[in-house]
Amino acid sequence: MRHAGRRIGLGLYVLALLLPIYWLVIMSFKTNTEITSGLTFWPRHFVFLHYHHIFNDPVWRHGFLTSVTYVALNTVISVTIALPAAYAFNRYRFLGDKHVFFWLLSNLMAPPAVYAMPFFNLYYAVGLFDTVWAVALAHCLFNVPLAVWILEGFIAGVPREIDETAEIDGYSFPRFFVRIFIPLIGNGIGVAAFFCFMFSWVEQLLATTLTATNAQPFIAVMSRTYSAAGMDWGLLAAAGVLTMIPGALVIWFVRNHIAKGFALGRV
Amino acid sequence: MPDKPLNNKAWFLVLPVLGFVLFSSLVPMMTVVNYAFQDTMGQNHFFWNGIAWFRHLLDPSTDSGQRFAGALTRTLLFSLAVLAIEIPLGIAVALCMPRHGRAIGPLLVVIALPMLIPWNVVGTMWQIFARQDIGLLGAALNGLGIPFNDTQYPVSAWSTILMMDVWHWTSMVVLLCYAGLRAIPDAFYQAARIDGARRWAVFINIELPKLHRVLVIAVLLRFMESFMIYTEPFVVTGGGPGEATSFLSLDLVKTALGQLDLGNAAAMSLVYLLISLTVCWVFFTAMTQIDRRREG
Repeated sequence: MRHAGRRIGLGLYVLALLLPIYWLVIMSFKTNTEITSGLTFWPRHFVFLHYHHIFNDPVWRHGFLTSVTYVALNTVISVTIALPAAYAFNRYRFLGDKHVFFWLLSNLMAPPAVYAMPFFNLYYAVGLFDTVWAVALAHCLFNVPLAVWILEGFIAGVPREIDETAEIDGYSFPRFFVRIFIPLIGNGIGVAAFFCFMFSWVEQLLATTLTATNAQPFIAVMSRTYSAAGMDWGLLAAAGVLTMIPGALVIWFVRNHIAKGFALGRV
Repeated sequence: MPDKPLNNKAWFLVLPVLGFVLFSSLVPMMTVVNYAFQDTMGQNHFFWNGIAWFRHLLDPSTDSGQRFAGALTRTLLFSLAVLAIEIPLGIAVALCMPRHGRAIGPLLVVIALPMLIPWNVVGTMWQIFARQDIGLLGAALNGLGIPFNDTQYPVSAWSTILMMDVWHWTSMVVLLCYAGLRAIPDAFYQAARIDGARRWAVFINIELPKLHRVLVIAVLLRFMESFMIYTEPFVVTGGGPGEATSFLSLDLVKTALGQLDLGNAAAMSLVYLLISLTVCWVFFTAMTQIDRRREG
């Protein structure tokens, strides 16, 4: 009896999650006349028209490539520089460690809206405006602290005896770190990379403020569907569906660790 | 943690992070501070303006002060509403999740899916979903005889944005609580069964205390994220109807990038940031306290 109640509760929640997604997906397969002429729960004629349009338009393709590039750059940068820092925070005490850690976290909590204008000025001044680097670096603002936080949690789970044994065995610190320590926290690195991917992929305000035409992200190209002739609903829906695919793919790989990741590695 | 060795050379390991974050937080912040204390007559000529911008902003009798107070109130109300709905709902759903089994993997993927959708796509999705002509939700509500139009009625606009946020982020609370629940050893439940404890007693005496820590993280993250919300309401309502859903960050971006009113925007940014930092600090302190109690 109790189990049935749980199942129903969970089922309702999952249903509520899937309903808006379902609506978007079926919309992307409808013709615009069908969309605007009334509600239908299944496309009367399945059309791939909108997807066809996106795949054959160089602007959309370029947008997709741009988005993937800055997300990948950001993920690599964030995790690489966060690793040694997370190790230091977990294993040692040093002058001002607590304050620096809090200051890092505070950047995670800073509203992107506050940074939109000064980032525009900064990246314009250093000549990176409208490049993938501008967005990749800007997203470091919240992704680097996040990666440090998650990795620190996972590193806390590795016993310190391993470090000491390696030192006695004559490993130098860089060799120990790369050969022994990094493989040990592989899960943590995967989860941190996943979160960096996620927050860089979904962010919109900075990504659109820091780019114009050369490095226009996919989500900014979506504004092309609003035209003088009215909304191209089908095209908008198709583009939206395409943005969900990378996330759904990546999440499959970390599904067993994701809950621990959300708890920042500390359960 | 008193047994950690003191080693100031560890600073070298932190340096790269420090460099990056300084570049992307302190340098831009200085521009903001600069604008906040100066005024301009155009042509890039700035002069010292003292705290005049702040005085205007924090005085509700001025235009900008009134606008700021309104936006701040709306944002705080929104954050509180988000917490009041998402935290209990998230705990409830997490309690419904099976602890073992093959269904767990796919279930986790579906639950996490909303969080991996770009925020403006989430906005677009709900903009479509809530429309009364082509959206399922809007049409259904109107069909039931409830007047619902998120571009005209403030109540509709608010409930759309609230529903969207619940849809988007409750999963994070679910995953956090799920992680916390899984960390409870089966022995605890067995002991409770032997004692003949009721479900509610198990929840209050075993599960809730163990969820303490993840719940602090959940409340912190949900408060901050909802306090900085920008893209989704921007796409769905654009801050309207009127100013009904014009939250702080929407107002800030409008002031800074739309009206190029730099002084006002900068002062707003600093006050906004200060509020965020204070809340963050309170939670951070709470978290380290919990850690210490656990260890000590």
